[in-house]
Amino acid sequence: MFAQELFVGPSVDWFALSPHLVLVGGALLLMVVGSLTPPWPRGLTALSTVMFTAIAAVLSVFIWKDVGSDGPSSIVGGVIAVDRLAVFLTFAILAATALVVLMSDGELRGTDNDGPEIYSLLLVAATGAIVMVGANELIVMFLGLETLSLALYVLAASDRRRSASQESGMKYFILGGLASAFFLYGIALLYGGTRTTSLGEMVTRLQGEVNIGGNDALVLAGIALMLIGFAFKVSAVPFHVWSPDVYQGAPSNITAFMASVGKVAAFGAMLRVLVAALPFYRDDWRPIIWVLAVLSLVVGSLLAVVQTDVKRMLAFSSVSHAGFILVGIEATGWSAGENGMFSSVQSVAVYLGLYSVLVVGSFAVVTVVGRGGDTSLDGFNGLSTRRPTLALALTVFLLAQAGVPFTSGFVAKWGVIQSAVDEGSYWLAVIAMLAAVIAAFLYLRIMVSMWLRPAAESAESVAVPGLSGLAIAVAAIFTLVIGVYPQWVLSMAEGIAAFP
Amino acid sequence: MLDLVWLIPAFPLFGFLLILLFGRRLGEPAAGFLAAAAVFGSFIVTVAVFFELLAIDEHHRSHVVTLFEWVPVSSLQIDMALLADPLSVTMALFVTGIGFLIHLFAIGYMHGDPKFSKFFLYLNLFVLSMLMLVFGENLLVTFLGWEGVGACSYFLISFWHTRDSAATAGKKAFVTNRIGDWGVMLAMFLGFQAVGSVSYGALNSAAESGALASSTATGIALLLFVGAVGKSAQFPLYLWLPDAMEGPTPVSALIHAATMVTAGVFLMTRMNPMLAAAADWAPMIVAWVGALTALFAATIAVAQSDIKKVLAYSTVSQLGYMFLAVGTGAYVAAIFHMVTHAFFKALMFLGSGSVIHGMHHEQDMRRMGALRKVMPITAGTFIIGWLAIAGVPPFAGFWSKDEILLFTLAKSPVLYVIGLVTAVLTAFYMTRQVMMVFFGEAKWESHAEEHGAHGDFKPHESPGIMLFPLVVLSVLSFAGGIIQLPSFGIIPKGLRHRLEDWLHPVVAPGEAVISGTAAYDAKEWLAVLAIACALSGILLGVLVYGRRKLRAIEPAILADGWRYDSSVSAFMGGPGRRMFDAIAWFDAKVVDGAVNGVATAVRSTSGTVRRVQSGNVRNYAGVIGIGVVLILAWFVVLRGVL
Repeated sequence: MFAQELFVGPSVDWFALSPHLVLVGGALLLMVVGSLTPPWPRGLTALSTVMFTAIAAVLSVFIWKDVGSDGPSSIVGGVIAVDRLAVFLTFAILAATALVVLMSDGELRGTDNDGPEIYSLLLVAATGAIVMVGANELIVMFLGLETLSLALYVLAASDRRRSASQESGMKYFILGGLASAFFLYGIALLYGGTRTTSLGEMVTRLQGEVNIGGNDALVLAGIALMLIGFAFKVSAVPFHVWSPDVYQGAPSNITAFMASVGKVAAFGAMLRVLVAALPFYRDDWRPIIWVLAVLSLVVGSLLAVVQTDVKRMLAFSSVSHAGFILVGIEATGWSAGENGMFSSVQSVAVYLGLYSVLVVGSFAVVTVVGRGGDTSLDGFNGLSTRRPTLALALTVFLLAQAGVPFTSGFVAKWGVIQSAVDEGSYWLAVIAMLAAVIAAFLYLRIMVSMWLRPAAESAESVAVPGLSGLAIAVAAIFTLVIGVYPQWVLSMAEGIAAFP
Repeated sequence: MLDLVWLIPAFPLFGFLLILLFGRRLGEPAAGFLAAAAVFGSFIVTVAVFFELLAIDEHHRSHVVTLFEWVPVSSLQIDMALLADPLSVTMALFVTGIGFLIHLFAIGYMHGDPKFSKFFLYLNLFVLSMLMLVFGENLLVTFLGWEGVGACSYFLISFWHTRDSAATAGKKAFVTNRIGDWGVMLAMFLGFQAVGSVSYGALNSAAESGALASSTATGIALLLFVGAVGKSAQFPLYLWLPDAMEGPTPVSALIHAATMVTAGVFLMTRMNPMLAAAADWAPMIVAWVGALTALFAATIAVAQSDIKKVLAYSTVSQLGYMFLAVGTGAYVAAIFHMVTHAFFKALMFLGSGSVIHGMHHEQDMRRMGALRKVMPITAGTFIIGWLAIAGVPPFAGFWSKDEILLFTLAKSPVLYVIGLVTAVLTAFYMTRQVMMVFFGEAKWESHAEEHGAHGDFKPHESPGIMLFPLVVLSVLSFAGGIIQLPSFGIIPKGLRHRLEDWLHPVVAPGEAVISGTAAYDAKEWLAVLAIACALSGILLGVLVYGRRKLRAIEPAILADGWRYDSSVSAFMGGPGRRMFDAIAWFDAKVVDGAVNGVATAVRSTSGTVRRVQSGNVRNYAGVIGIGVVLILAWFVVLRGVL
């Protein structure tokens, strides 16, 4: 007989877990109530989804304050970290999710997808993302990754009217499965090398027992395979191959979600694994990050310029953005495990937070303009005469993506380049600036289309659904306000100063 | 009043917003007058600021207005601040003053254009950006304006984008300018890294006090110069400026002659302590690039037949003079020449615009001639501009060019000879232009017949709104030299070196001292030599193109601009283009599946999945596989085993 009292579950700090619970509960609630009641009035599903993210955000504010007073901690038996980095990225994920939900309403209206399903899936995916950025244990991280990914595979294929959407979902599924396999194998090897999957324990084991028993090769191979998994998820070159196709094929609102929440989650987890668990291997992984960063910057910028489809352009531009974020991660690799490392970590976190709003805004405009399914550059011709405010908003987003001063994009880019320069990665900084110079051409091409070219005679009129307009306006105002007054985000990020 | 400096950029910003919102309702000509009024408002404020600064003693003539603290975080303190000092106010005076006149001219010139209000939208945005560039208190605010003027320039060059050549020209301007921008960005980061600030005050005082290592100062100065070369169209990045003439002529006058292209000279002057702190060879590079560009562009201008291309190459050449001045430490002379050049080159560009307008958009000088009879005012004012650029006293250009040459001789006789030869060429090609356009026989009469579509073709004088700016600018081109007369015996003491005294606080750290050198003592004789050169150039021009006593020599290679442009284009269009195409092809065909194609194929064949599984996904997995092998190899083999 097993003595029942021997199995004691870990104590759970329910409050620190409450954002996760609200999102999951919201998803379930939407599904159950939505299927039992007659169709809801327009916009209600979206607004109630936004409400769940708002509640989660408010709860996160309290958690942020708790972390400030009590210091970082880990909960549920040490598998989930409650620290400033996790909560900061949670805010970014929630904000991006809320904006995507708002714009989804207009995209879905009038289609047979206009029900609670898409919104539930978005909430589930967001939960997975939040688990990822807070995971202090590799198995939990993998669970978060799969929760996010499985929801995204379905979402990518969710537009049943277009075969491109199903194609996109299928491609994402096959290649994502491949990447997950690498990731999981990496976890297994790391476990083999260190006998633990907990990040906190891993770092102490590696400190004390490194090279004992010849496990070094196992650890190195494990790092390699995990990096491959991350590189796939953040679409760093050469693991970016899936993203242009998937971004282009998926419904635009889902693309926005992938480009924002997907990247924040993957980069957050990557940062945590590399900096919190593997600082002693920094000389091993830093050169790989350097190469990935350079390739992503150059290839992303160059190929973005030659595209003719706006969604594809933005896909490659997001590859180039991934390169910029990797510049910041490379900078952490010079001082990981030391006192000075958090300034680079902060710059990465700021980039992720600002970029996620920016990219959702950009795709929101693309969603509205390309609602008929045509997202080619020609479809944007003469947007300034057809919809001046929409053209103005997209101009703001593009300028910010190009890193023009007095937009949030400049704050983000300056931060990571400064980190690189501070750590002495001069060449990486120079290449990053060169990539910014090249990529500007892409943003200019879209702007020229909107402002200088006349609209085709047959151009359909662009209707802006109310909630999409709200999402675009919020994102544009945020972009400009942060550009002019970046202090509060920067000082908030300065709070990111410790792992549990 | 000094605290109201922000009003100067605020006026065009306001104009821009109004036209953005109500442009189409305002229509023609109200949008144009609104834009002009906005710029005029800035001009008035600038004049007020100028007089106020003039009343303050010279050590306090620098006033910073902080609009807001942009990033007050410990590591990164940058203010959104404007700096009113003699240099920025000088620039602002002619940017707004000439800008206003060109706005007026454009109201006449753009008459009937379907995008009339849009044109003024960009024009006001340009003036706004240019003023931000000029008034920026730190490199970042300047850079914002720098990018802004670049973007406006691009938009305005390709304003008539339905012409293919205009679209290409816009692209060329953008690409070459981006190379320059990259230099400025790097300079900004290097400065920030070394000094911890991007404000001019901090950077310059670090350079002056010697706190900055000479190598760092050299790096910053040369990177800024890369930016200046791109923006101010110097060799090897000058390519875009002649092509930029595809834009409407008022744009050429405003952006590509008077204001934007001088931004590089402005920036180098603003950062003159940096150049002074740099290694000795750094200013020499600037001087040589300037001198060679001046000579090179002047030789090309000799053989151009397009009325605006002559002026474009002439602008490149005159900008070369300004860099020659910067490199020899003659910052006052550089700014002086910038101002006089703005007067006479804006005058001539507008004059050429008036000619093009009168000739119904004919730009080929070989089809003009004798226009002085039908366009007397345009001709008269243009002739004043010609005498000014040729360096005939007492016109404005003579004084500024003479001062540059004086400083050059004090530094290097070789550069002086290059400058002098350029001066002869300048007088020659401008004479050629004036002779071909305004004198000789009327070639447009024969041309009228082949141009039958126009009915009875006869050039006509432009309307008053276009002639007024010409007259004002011709007065300035005539008398503009008064702001900085040299200390020749016959000139009253009170009139000498006005601009130098005014700019002294800004340029003092970098300004070369030449009093006491042999060149300085012989300055009157040098002036006589310069006049002789100018007159001989004019005489030669008259003999060849006016009197037809000598045969014109216009080698094709000069008309082609030494084939530099075509070589670059051939390279970029040939191997460069092929390389780029190859990358794109590889991406599209091998790595990437163009979804469009696949999706169409899918619809016609059976199911989605089959096609996908046999198609791109395998390639994608292949690419990922290669990456996996490489990364594993790095970790396990290079870091693990070895």
